[in-house]
Amino acid sequence: MKCSEFLHELTNYLDGVLDQTTKVELENHLSWCHNCYVVCDTTKKTIEIYRDSQLYELPDDLRTRLRAAIMAKCQQHKKRGPEPT
Amino acid sequence: MGTIQNKLEGPVTDELTLVQAAKKGDDSAFEELVRRYDRNVFRIAQHITQNREDAEDVVQEAFLKAYSNLAKFQEQSKFYTWLVRIAVNEALMKLRRKKPERTVSLDEDIKTEDDSLPREIADWSPNPEQQYTQAELREILSKTIQGLPPGFRTVFVLRDVEGLSTEETAAALELSVPAVKSRLLRARLQLRERLGRFFQKRGSGNGDGKGGDDHSGDGDQ
Repeated sequence: MKCSEFLHELTNYLDGVLDQTTKVELENHLSWCHNCYVVCDTTKKTIEIYRDSQLYELPDDLRTRLRAAIMAKCQQHKKRGPEPT
Repeated sequence: MGTIQNKLEGPVTDELTLVQAAKKGDDSAFEELVRRYDRNVFRIAQHITQNREDAEDVVQEAFLKAYSNLAKFQEQSKFYTWLVRIAVNEALMKLRRKKPERTVSLDEDIKTEDDSLPREIADWSPNPEQQYTQAELREILSKTIQGLPPGFRTVFVLRDVEGLSTEETAAALELSVPAVKSRLLRARLQLRERLGRFFQKRGSGNGDGKGGDDHSGDGDQ
């Protein structure tokens, strides 16, 4: 497997959807190609850091306020009846 | 090297029961759906709009739209996927209104094949995120993802942050599966490269491309 082929399969590999033969070839490539190993490892870390970052968590007070606003708007909508389509 | 586990919040077993009850006019069932997905919708909206007030608006508009169109929901897909599609469209509309000079589309042209090929190969510190405080880290992650085109960051957020499957992401964005995979690869590689500036091993230098394995430089970013 060449570096370009590794890159092409990287997303499938990280998502665990590679067939066994390609997976073995890819891991064999990673065992000797340091650059691709680093790209693979740091891409995996990138995903994990974002996934675990709790970026843009909804604070409890805002959450309560938003939910109340949503339900109030839904009630208004219900009273008005369905819009003509 | 292990694979990435998806994160799914909350049980999904009785989602359909809630939807059917809400369709019959049970507002507490709809409120439960809001409670179940409001955090996800907010996160997605803020990732796309990059603005908290806009994200708040999107959350309200998306749920109201879902409520008023519930009768049209076919129940062939998951309610959550349908809701995400509504929310993404609302968020993109906000962006378009703010940046009318720029095209905001999920169908942006993919430039050349090489535009996101790795250039920086230098390795990262073992636990790079621990070099920063939580607040600093959030700032870095937020700034970094802002630099991606909306179409790329939307796919990344749905797939890697919210844990939708490739097929669900494709359905929510009305893109083909290969288009989702292509955008996801580019988004992941671009984020990796940009984060490298903050997370690189000290003294490991700047990688000089695929050709070299020389990490003896003295870059100190």
